[in-house]
Amino acid sequence: MSVYGEMAGLDPLTGGEVVVAQNIAFGLIAVIMLFSALRMVTTRNVVHAALYLVIVLAGSAAIFILLGAEFVGVTQVLVYIGAIVVLFLFGIMLTRGALGVDEEEKGEQRLMSCLVAGLLAIVTAGALINTFSDAELTRSSPSTTATVGDSIFSQFIIPFEAISVLLLAALIGAIVVARKD
Amino acid sequence: MSVVLADLAYWQETTIRLLVGLVAVLLPAGTLVYLFLFKMMSFMQSRLGPMEAGPYGSLQLLAEVGKFLQKEDIVPQAADRLIFKLAPFVVLVSTFLLILVIPAGPDLWFIDVDTGIFLGLAVSSISVIGILMAGWASSSKYSLLGALRATGQLIAYELPMILAVVGVVIQAGTLNVQEIVMAQATGEIFGFGGIGSPYVITQFVGFLIFLIAVQAELTQPPFDMPVAESELVTGYLTEYSGIRFLMFFIGEFATAAIFSALAATLFLGGWYVPGLEATDNLFNVIGPIILLGKMLLVAFFIFWFRFTYPRFREDQLQQLAWKVLIPLSLVNIVITGVLKVVF
Repeated sequence: MSVYGEMAGLDPLTGGEVVVAQNIAFGLIAVIMLFSALRMVTTRNVVHAALYLVIVLAGSAAIFILLGAEFVGVTQVLVYIGAIVVLFLFGIMLTRGALGVDEEEKGEQRLMSCLVAGLLAIVTAGALINTFSDAELTRSSPSTTATVGDSIFSQFIIPFEAISVLLLAALIGAIVVARKD
Repeated sequence: MSVVLADLAYWQETTIRLLVGLVAVLLPAGTLVYLFLFKMMSFMQSRLGPMEAGPYGSLQLLAEVGKFLQKEDIVPQAADRLIFKLAPFVVLVSTFLLILVIPAGPDLWFIDVDTGIFLGLAVSSISVIGILMAGWASSSKYSLLGALRATGQLIAYELPMILAVVGVVIQAGTLNVQEIVMAQATGEIFGFGGIGSPYVITQFVGFLIFLIAVQAELTQPPFDMPVAESELVTGYLTEYSGIRFLMFFIGEFATAAIFSALAATLFLGGWYVPGLEATDNLFNVIGPIILLGKMLLVAFFIFWFRFTYPRFREDQLQQLAWKVLIPLSLVNIVITGVLKVVF
């Protein structure tokens, strides 16, 4: 917490050591994430791909924490690493227990998936740059969990409830699809 | 630790934190193994247990560690070498991150973060990945089956554990573990503040659910389907030997110790005992000892169940989680929320 305290009085561009350390940390994490993301899509082994995904997601959690969004970072770990990737791995290991390279995964869909991924990247990057190009992170107060909770249950209550109902619908749908009788 | 470390450079502070963390993980783990696994289990089975190494067999643990260190670190030929070797580290990382959230005194903490207990529950779920890595990379069907069973079990019991903690969080009004301890120290039960308000009284249902879920998360009997020795040799541990087996072993008992400490912190008042002011400086000295005592009390129950009950069947195990514990903990949350608003 003391880091945040020091950050409070600093100018984001000219401020001293804390910001430099943050930039170095960001650079390191970004390099690791990029490498893992590339390996994830190029590796021939599905389990390895899922494990590289763990590194990517852990990196994004670290970047959230670096930005002072502690709650989002921890949620990232709990939901994505602790639940979603575990389910991926569980599914992969249940259906194709065998070790080693998966021979079925030949490169037919590679071109198509590259195209889709490229388009997605362009659209996302365009939208982000358009919206946030001159936005600056307020360093005065990292968002506390209490503020996140307060804003969810006051300002954003309707989107929150909408998402809850959507998730409930997905849950019921999954059960209906899965049950046999 | 904040006061003690105020004047040190970052690297000095980090080194001290690392060393203290190492002691805080290994010492309770060793205590549990000697006190409960070696001695209590022996007494319950009408035998003496280890008696030769050191007075009353107290150095047996060091002898065991020495034995494991000498053994060959075997990697099966068909295994995925890198993942096989990394898996025990992933489990240990989860254990070491979990100790960070537990405070041992008013100024004795590793990290005093806003998300507190939420962070603890999040990092504790990382160990599942280590178990899956171990089971898959061993290239053995016993290991894989063990890992799959472990994952199904850990996913099922993580939910009631988190939901049980939600009751405590609602009552304390914070996720910060230090503030949860303070809330218990300064709380009152119907206007009587003599013993504070340990949540084991007001959140008794939550405490029971938490203990059962911890038992399952640790894959201790009666929830030891993943390592069921009569069916799966030792599940995901089958192919491990030497130091990597030792790491899994340390991870298992260190996690048992830390989850006991977490239960003691959330429900039994942590480092606080009634009779002194919660901010009293004395707690920085006796806090760790009090916490260790409370941790041993919780761990005693965990190991008592471990040595007493026979193993669940897989379907019984899943039914207990999804049909009993999760609905019960949801009801507990609703009641806690209503009472919180009323009082």
